[in-house]
Amino acid sequence: MDVNWQPSSEVETLKRRAQYIADVRLFFAERGVWEAETPILSQAAPTAPYLDSFTTDYIPIGSQSKQRHYLQTSPEFAMKRLLAAGSGSIYQIARVFRNGEQSKKHSPEFTMLEWYRPELTLFQLIDEVNALLQNVFKFEPIVRLSYRSVFEFFFKINVLTCSDADIKHCALGRINSLADDFETDRDGWLELLMSYAIEPKLAALNLPLFIYDFPASQAQLAKIKLDQQGNAVADRFELYINGVELANGYKELLDADELRQRFESDNQQRKEQGKAEVQIDENLLAAMQSGLPECSGVAIGLDRLLMLALEKSAINQVNSFSFEHS
Amino acid sequence: MASVSTNQFKQGLKFILDGDPCNILENELVKPGKGQAFNRVKFRNLKTGRVNERTFKSGDSVESADVMEIELEYSYTDGEFWYFMDPETFEQHAADATAIEDCKKWLKEQYVYTVTQWNGSPLLVTAPNFVNLTVTDTDPGLKGDTAGTGGKPATLETGAVVRVPLFMNIGELLRIDTRSGEYVERAKV
Repeated sequence: MDVNWQPSSEVETLKRRAQYIADVRLFFAERGVWEAETPILSQAAPTAPYLDSFTTDYIPIGSQSKQRHYLQTSPEFAMKRLLAAGSGSIYQIARVFRNGEQSKKHSPEFTMLEWYRPELTLFQLIDEVNALLQNVFKFEPIVRLSYRSVFEFFFKINVLTCSDADIKHCALGRINSLADDFETDRDGWLELLMSYAIEPKLAALNLPLFIYDFPASQAQLAKIKLDQQGNAVADRFELYINGVELANGYKELLDADELRQRFESDNQQRKEQGKAEVQIDENLLAAMQSGLPECSGVAIGLDRLLMLALEKSAINQVNSFSFEHS
Repeated sequence: MASVSTNQFKQGLKFILDGDPCNILENELVKPGKGQAFNRVKFRNLKTGRVNERTFKSGDSVESADVMEIELEYSYTDGEFWYFMDPETFEQHAADATAIEDCKKWLKEQYVYTVTQWNGSPLLVTAPNFVNLTVTDTDPGLKGDTAGTGGKPATLETGAVVRVPLFMNIGELLRIDTRSGEYVERAKV
């Protein structure tokens, strides 16, 4: 074991972090959004093919039987059960866990700020995120661009209508570090273009940028709608500040049957990749069957937001102890 | 050949890419929210010395390279090979012209060089940071000039040409920084 007992962040930074979090709580209290607490351990987990949960076993005293539990990757499913039970607007500041993800901007354990607003449209929720960024974290006012317009601006392609081959050609032409025989799927090419060719350019833009109307194939748990040109898009947004991906917001999918299909298709993909299938959250599906109110929701990586607000270059510099020395 | 997965990538790991041995300088995880994960790797090709970038899908494997660095003393050349000796075992290692290309002008008998070996044969020879070399040719010294402004070219015993202060003469021993190829000072004998 590599011993290092010292915090990975300066104590002064941790005090400023505490003040920011107190201000976030005040922001929501003033808006009548109440702070929910939900279990960190769950018997089910998200199925997303590229999101891996930590698992642990519950062993009743005196028993040999093990009951698998997952550590939450976000408090989304439990919060939606509260919404279905009539909670109204709720937020949560929760520790979440994502297996395998470690870099300057990733920690396998981090803090998520997540909230749900039954009264708000997705654009009204973007305005609320903007208010939080400006009032609490003192960022500049936001810019909003559609996913299609970002790709059109940088690469002169219509990302919603062009062929898979066009996107592959664009990615191989723009990203020098890809071998000529590199293969991935349409979303893989899009994600590579976003990470390698767009994010570095956004880094130069000192404004918070909301990208909305994602390709329908990246809908996750968002509704799918038609955009102004009549193309199917996912009704969700992502927030970037200085090229750092900070938040993911949805006009929440309400249809339990469609969600079950997405879960099953995810599990099918996991199987094809040789990954373990994930226990589908029947409690969430039952809650949606009983009726989830029309709502918009967003999850913000709070550590990354603090990293930018406190002008630090690594997530460990705003957390008390790094994962390596936890 | 042993293979190594992207999850074992770290600085200093040696692997084979397009047939050449490479050394990882930086390994960065690229992982958008719920999207696919990639490893963005900055590496040095140990054959050409060039630094480049390559992106792998996380979980992919590459062939590991049997690369070692050893310290050897330069002995002599027969014009085709340059011979280096292990000071402990007296074992001789022959390096070809490609391997010594970068440090050829700093090769002097009895100095110790870092030899990068791939599958047991020398791939790359790296000079020590400083070597002392004698001036074999330069224009006559100008006694008055000690400010070192401008300077003049001087040829050293290995054939290397460096800029030296105007007052330096043939036969003097100079300390040279091999990384920048610059004269540092008169060597203390």
